[in-house]
Amino acid sequence: MTSIAMRKPRWRAPSVLPGFGLTFGFSLAWLSLIVLIPLSTLFLKSAGMGWHAFVEVGFSDRAMAAYRLSFGTAAAAALVNAVFGLLVAWTLVRYDFPGKRIVSALVDLPFALPTAVAGIALTSIYAPTGWVGQFLDPLGIKVAFTATGITVALIFIGLPFVVRSVEPVLADLGLDVEEAAATLGANRFQTFFRVIFPAIMPALFTGAALAFARGVGEYGSVIFISGNMPGRTEIAPLLIVTQLEQYAYNGATAIAMIMMLISFAVLFTLNAMQSARRRRLGS
Amino acid sequence: MIRVQNITKRFGDYAALHGIDLEIQPGEFIALLGPSGSGKTTLLRIIAGLEFQDEGHVYFDGEDVSDIPVGRRKVGFVFQQYALFRHMTVADNVAFGLNVRKSKTRPKKAEIKARADELLRIVQLDGLGGRYPGQLSGGQRQRVALARALAIEPSLLLLDEPFGALDAKVRKDLRRWLRDLHKQMGLTSIFVTHDQEEALELADRVVVMDHGRIDQVGTPEEVYMEPATAFVSHFVGETNRLPDGRHVRPHDIAIVAEGGDAVAVDNVFRKGSAWRVEGRLADSNAIIEIDVDTNQVPPSVGQTVRIEARRSRTFAD
Amino acid sequence: MRQHAPGTESRTTQVVLILLALAFLAFFLVMPLVAVFIEALKQGIEPFLEAVSNPDALAAIRLTLFIAAISVPLNVVFGLAASWAITKFSFPGKNLLLTMIDLPLSVSPVVSGLVFVLLFGAQGLLGPWLSAHGLKIIFAVPGIVLATVFITFPFVARELIPLMMEQGKDDEEAALSLGANGWQTFWHVTLPNIRWGLLYGVLLCNARAMGEFGAVSVVSGHIRGETNTMPLHVEILYNEYDFVGAFAVASLLAALALVTLVLKSVLEWRFDLHSGARH
Repeated sequence: MTSIAMRKPRWRAPSVLPGFGLTFGFSLAWLSLIVLIPLSTLFLKSAGMGWHAFVEVGFSDRAMAAYRLSFGTAAAAALVNAVFGLLVAWTLVRYDFPGKRIVSALVDLPFALPTAVAGIALTSIYAPTGWVGQFLDPLGIKVAFTATGITVALIFIGLPFVVRSVEPVLADLGLDVEEAAATLGANRFQTFFRVIFPAIMPALFTGAALAFARGVGEYGSVIFISGNMPGRTEIAPLLIVTQLEQYAYNGATAIAMIMMLISFAVLFTLNAMQSARRRRLGS
Repeated sequence: MIRVQNITKRFGDYAALHGIDLEIQPGEFIALLGPSGSGKTTLLRIIAGLEFQDEGHVYFDGEDVSDIPVGRRKVGFVFQQYALFRHMTVADNVAFGLNVRKSKTRPKKAEIKARADELLRIVQLDGLGGRYPGQLSGGQRQRVALARALAIEPSLLLLDEPFGALDAKVRKDLRRWLRDLHKQMGLTSIFVTHDQEEALELADRVVVMDHGRIDQVGTPEEVYMEPATAFVSHFVGETNRLPDGRHVRPHDIAIVAEGGDAVAVDNVFRKGSAWRVEGRLADSNAIIEIDVDTNQVPPSVGQTVRIEARRSRTFAD
Repeated sequence: MRQHAPGTESRTTQVVLILLALAFLAFFLVMPLVAVFIEALKQGIEPFLEAVSNPDALAAIRLTLFIAAISVPLNVVFGLAASWAITKFSFPGKNLLLTMIDLPLSVSPVVSGLVFVLLFGAQGLLGPWLSAHGLKIIFAVPGIVLATVFITFPFVARELIPLMMEQGKDDEEAALSLGANGWQTFWHVTLPNIRWGLLYGVLLCNARAMGEFGAVSVVSGHIRGETNTMPLHVEILYNEYDFVGAFAVASLLAALALVTLVLKSVLEWRFDLHSGARH
């Protein structure tokens, strides 16, 4: 047999298109160089410090407080975004109003605006003398330099994740299922909670989880508004930076490792849930 | 002459083609007919060089082309969705195959333009060269795809479901037009279709495929009148399968006064130029379809009639 | 009263929901954006101009443009190569490769910077070797470039892969059947088909490359006039209580964000590209 297929590598399906070796080889080499090798140093360094040292610096009181704060505020922000992100997505998909396109474009602002810029802007607004802070301060509500302020910054950062996850699903849903529900005698509330909400629930959950994952690691927009008090308003990424500045590489590594494992776990769970759902619905 | 010898193709565990052999004479118009999953498109793509066989050979005029890449096989390929280059004008699409030649063999600019204009005239799109594919109707796009394939002066024209994406009326016009074009140009052509009517109307010879094998190769008349297998009999034209294993076309069943088998009539309606009578055999409850000439009075629903097969076939399983 | 269609809410409900959504957006998105410009111009145009034309600011602007000019093209080359391999061929491990490409999105920016410090820093794995050869990566421009390339790694590929997946292989096969070679096919057929998606990816990649803070902050060393990018310069000025200066430089970045948003929206409306939550 002299057929061309005989000479092709068997580990991939043969194709008439050229360039697989070049593009695949380059992609893999570049991926290893920029992403995989650097990330693996984190594992190497963690493994090298020994279990006892790892636990001691990775789970110190200060670190635990930072995790609690980072995960707690990120969860709170994700929850707020789930509610209001759904509302924004709903109005953008379902209703017409003047300036809708501008509003839709604006939703992506947090993706485009550098986080440090967002951070100083939010701080100036919520400082006790700021536009909003001056009204809240007399009421005894402190936003800037508290956990509330961190949550506000994370709401800003996470909003587009929810809106952009829900929007396409909502748009795809089609009016026919709602009309079908109406012909079967359901009122608007029943239709929303029994027909629409279950359909967009996975997308909403995905969006909120992405916002949460992003919020846990967020640094630029938070450090200005948080006040950075160790044990009180010190988020985990800031603690990593602080440790680095004090040349405490082990501490920085352990905390980074723990955060990375947790966010991988979140994303892995999310993927598993999605593929389980796809299998169940057969699509 | 095109010769396909013992072509086998697997996709993972799935065998798409088992040992296909086929010979095509110069100037022939061949239809590869079969249901989806029969392997007809895979065979067409292997002949083109867009897919590689696991075993076997393809010969063009005695030369083994199995190792020759698609770009040098000189085959014109018309894709099912046309694959027109959206960012190029119609004329640029048609001229593409000439423009990408090495400078030594590339015709001069004026010559390329003249050739593109001529081809657009042949496919009856003169004057539309400056348009973009997005501004054309489905039938027009189809013809641009054809002109583009013809521009490289192929020795073989391959068409993958050429009418699949068109609506019924355009499809019929284009079919007639394509047959005339083939008569004019005499270019060896193979097209893939799942529509038996299309195959019977256009092709000099029809290759009926099923499950990666060729069931029958023959003229439309042969395939229809002398089906080689039960599959061909059912896929090309309609066939009743009687309980005793015989296969009978609806128009080969006669309603008789006496003898034959009793059929209870369930439904009678007009189908084209005949009455279609649907009923069940009294003995076995098997469903039977019978065509009755419109100059006869059809039986009425609920009646029991007696039938006899005037022509029937049996196939080895 | 006219009945509203079964698939919609009453007009009153609609107005209430729209106003609620707009109020939320005004509070959380519009107000910070407006605040940047107002704070920047609080004391008039003079201090603003002075702040952005200050030598340190100019050096930061130059460095930021330089970083983007290196990391965006690298990202484009990688994005094109990866999406060609992934969308035009079938091979085992494709999903794993896709997951790996997305990896930088799920890593905190600070951790992204940290890994380069662990690798190339004075105490890092390759630190001794680098200093023996007089090479400096951390607290220098190469480190900033590396961190930025890491952070923006998936941006172009993520835009191109779904687009090229949807377009399939027919056009390329048609070009090859007409006698084109690989480069001609890529250059005359594939690239024009994906040019707007590519531009979209470049736009997002550029915005992030110029605006990245966390990762760059860790590797930069904050040396004024040398390793300070614009976002880092904003931080320094802010921490020195030079609020007008900080907001002045920030307003340039905010303007960049607005331009990015406008171009992005134009691309979306005109070419029906959609971003989804894929950043």
